[in-house]
Amino acid sequence: MIKISDTSIIELDVNGEKRKVVAEPSDTLLYTLRTELNLTGAKPGCENGDCGACTVIVDGWSVKSCIVLTVEMIGHKITTIEGLKNAPIQKAFVEKWGFQCGFCTSGFIMVCHALAEQHPEADEYVTEEWLQSNLCRCTSYQEIKEAVTSILHP
Amino acid sequence: MTILGNDILRKEAWNKVDGTAKYNIDEDVKSILHAKMLTSTYAHAEILSVDVTEALKEEGVKSILTGKDCNLLFGDFIDDRPSLATDRVRYYGEPVALVVADCEQTAHRAVNMIRVDYRKLPAVNSVSDALKEGAPLIHENLMSYNLKSKYVYPQRNSNIFHVVKIRKGDMNAGWNKSKVVVEGSFRLPQADHAAMEVRNARAEILSDGTVIINTSTQAPFNIKENLSKYFKIDEGKIVVHTPLVGGAFGGKAAVYLEILAYLASRSVGGRPVKVSDSREEDICSAPCKMGLEAKIKLGADDSGIIKAAEMTFLIDGGAYSTISCRLAKAIAVDCSGPYNIDNLQCDCLGVYTNHTYSTSFRGFSHAEHAFCMERMMDKLALKLGLDPLEIRSRNAVSTGHSSPTQVKITRSNTGDLTACIEKLKTIIDWDEGNKIELGNGKVRTKGVGCFWKTSDSPTDAASGVLLTFNSDGSININCGVVEIGSGSKTVLAQIIAERLKMPLSKINVSMNVNTQTSPLHWKTVASMSTYMAGNAALRAADDLIMQLKTAGASIIKCSTEALDVADMRVYLKEDPAIYVHFRDIVHGIKDTNGNATQGHIFGRGSYIMSRLTELAQETGTGKAGSSWTLGAQAVEIEFDRTDYTYRFVRAAAVIDMGRTLNPKTAKGLIMGGMNMGLGLGSREEFLYGEDGVMKSTSFRTYKMMRYGENPEYIVDFVETPDLSAPFGARGMAEHGIIGIPGALGNAISLAVDTDIDMLPSTPEYIWNKVRSLK
Repeated sequence: MIKISDTSIIELDVNGEKRKVVAEPSDTLLYTLRTELNLTGAKPGCENGDCGACTVIVDGWSVKSCIVLTVEMIGHKITTIEGLKNAPIQKAFVEKWGFQCGFCTSGFIMVCHALAEQHPEADEYVTEEWLQSNLCRCTSYQEIKEAVTSILHP
Repeated sequence: MTILGNDILRKEAWNKVDGTAKYNIDEDVKSILHAKMLTSTYAHAEILSVDVTEALKEEGVKSILTGKDCNLLFGDFIDDRPSLATDRVRYYGEPVALVVADCEQTAHRAVNMIRVDYRKLPAVNSVSDALKEGAPLIHENLMSYNLKSKYVYPQRNSNIFHVVKIRKGDMNAGWNKSKVVVEGSFRLPQADHAAMEVRNARAEILSDGTVIINTSTQAPFNIKENLSKYFKIDEGKIVVHTPLVGGAFGGKAAVYLEILAYLASRSVGGRPVKVSDSREEDICSAPCKMGLEAKIKLGADDSGIIKAAEMTFLIDGGAYSTISCRLAKAIAVDCSGPYNIDNLQCDCLGVYTNHTYSTSFRGFSHAEHAFCMERMMDKLALKLGLDPLEIRSRNAVSTGHSSPTQVKITRSNTGDLTACIEKLKTIIDWDEGNKIELGNGKVRTKGVGCFWKTSDSPTDAASGVLLTFNSDGSININCGVVEIGSGSKTVLAQIIAERLKMPLSKINVSMNVNTQTSPLHWKTVASMSTYMAGNAALRAADDLIMQLKTAGASIIKCSTEALDVADMRVYLKEDPAIYVHFRDIVHGIKDTNGNATQGHIFGRGSYIMSRLTELAQETGTGKAGSSWTLGAQAVEIEFDRTDYTYRFVRAAAVIDMGRTLNPKTAKGLIMGGMNMGLGLGSREEFLYGEDGVMKSTSFRTYKMMRYGENPEYIVDFVETPDLSAPFGARGMAEHGIIGIPGALGNAISLAVDTDIDMLPSTPEYIWNKVRSLK
């Protein structure tokens, strides 16, 4: 067991790179990603787990980085939006007009990407279960639905 | 390929799917100080003392500001709002103190160590309470406040900060001609913008006195002007930067955190300071969507033609007036809805309460007004046994009519409501019936709502566009429009590309606004960016074309009239094979010896609203906007009578766009507005306790539409050009929201055969309403 009781330097596996960060035990992953690693694609929307704008992928599953602690992430593989390169869902969001202001987009894309990895055959019900974790205030969700459907059921 | 009328991807699209798009909240300077607010725990209380002694001892705390550190009052029309409360708090969540510290965590800790002694005062918890005899006065010094406009009318010894009156025609004659009369009372709560990027700002003061503000705003120029005016700083010494904005919806048009950020930086010798709302503060401390109470009485003849209307609107402006004076005006100006009413009386009051203060919100009070008016139209149709769409068609505004403020209606300045209604009938299958029993206690109903909206801008709202060339002949657009998600900057690029007949890929747009270098753009509000900046862009393009032809003529050796411009070339009309490329002239013309002449070419275009007037105090006569955008909308629901829940099936909108410049972007904006309208109609509201303390301060208690709850959206257009607009295109970014709450209210009312005249229409509210009538 690792015991971390004060500000420490720890190693995170982010986007396939080993990165050393300074973290306090109370730091959230979102805070560390943004302030330590300048990975600002994950956004603070509510910092309460309600909006999903901060979503990243940990070991293949979408996780709200505002409600996990950085120190919990030692030994896990973290992927942020900056680590996605030419994922089908990124193109789908562009082609289906899946965003306007774009602030919630990273989070939505990470949820959709994880969904496609975990449940490549996801039906409408499963997709809803997953995507209701996130909030978008600009679009009508119809565009996001078209985007995610286009990669799940091309 | 024609550039207008095509689905053009927003210029910044790819940056928004890979995390590289930067918003104000993303820029973090390591050495920056962090400021955190202490906010009021009461809705209304006297501040007896604020003790910061212990908090100041906390290591890392650099300064703590209280109301005493800035005795100025701020406002848009009435200077009534302190930056930090001084002797009194007037709403729950009002900023009371501001801690500046070396990091967020320290600031948080110190905020919790400040001790405030309050003496609780009775809270005014609704507009009707605010108007009762003997109601506590929220601003005892109302009459001594500085008024920034002579067209604002606060009422002595009351909580009324503004009154707008419409008096049109002859009410007695109108009632005499009326065979049927319907009446209604309505109540709508305040609500939240809930932009996903919370409001946040940074400030820094350089040694030479330059104030640098970085902020997520819709109004960078307004911030510059206000800081200059209130703090007596030369405007040229204030530079406001705004990058991409993570949603705004009217909520970032108010000057808010920028003042606190400036004060915070000033208190620490000008060091850079960042202040950001938490989500909870963004909901309850920052300004919100107004609440409304209304009473309407309509009279009509046998055929359903409205002959008289009497209306009262009470706007819940909350604790401070800010922009609510204009919200009141906006309702008054368009109070008839898109219908002709010859005899009309309307009183619109801006009222203080002990609620969060209100500001602009998508639709600028039109969604709230339209809920009331569209419910009235259905009541009238029901009483007369007329089809809801038929009665709307019969009353539709058209050429020869006049608006409530007596502006002459033309096709150009309004559009074609009847055409919108006809199209709506088709796309929503109106002829199958608006109420279909499905069995098992379920019923499918359709409700409709029409709308119109003009800009309600200041009479001198202005915009500008500057165009510069790169040496390859490509163009850079510089304008003061903020990219808040509406895609305006891409549409501007389309307009320039169209006018210069050159590829869109050769038009570059800066997504950032810098008030020191960008030409003034009033505010990115009122769905007016394409209209105003678009007109400026056309002028800037024409300015370029003239200069390009002059340069071309000197090389081709002909008159400028013989030339035209396309594909980044200036060519001879009679023989296009004879041309000069932009790259050979835009950065000066050089001869073979290297001698340069002519200099760089750049384009200037500016636009200012013309022929707008303030409204006459007693009658409301005047012109508040250049033109209207109107449309017809419908909502179809499946209602379950066993538990009063309902599901959204379809929602449709037909809007007279004038000209659709980018259909997919336009549809996205309209559908987004509709989705927000369904949220307001079905669930969104600020809940206050009896003591005026807000209960809905997070996204767990403030509910919004989520993925999959949305209906199928259908959007179609009618195109009646607005002759004053660029290529005829009307403003449309807000409008999708306007008719939806009313259409939903009508669908629910039909499903339960009961008047649903309050929002939000939650199952619990509907159940209570139906039960109360049994």
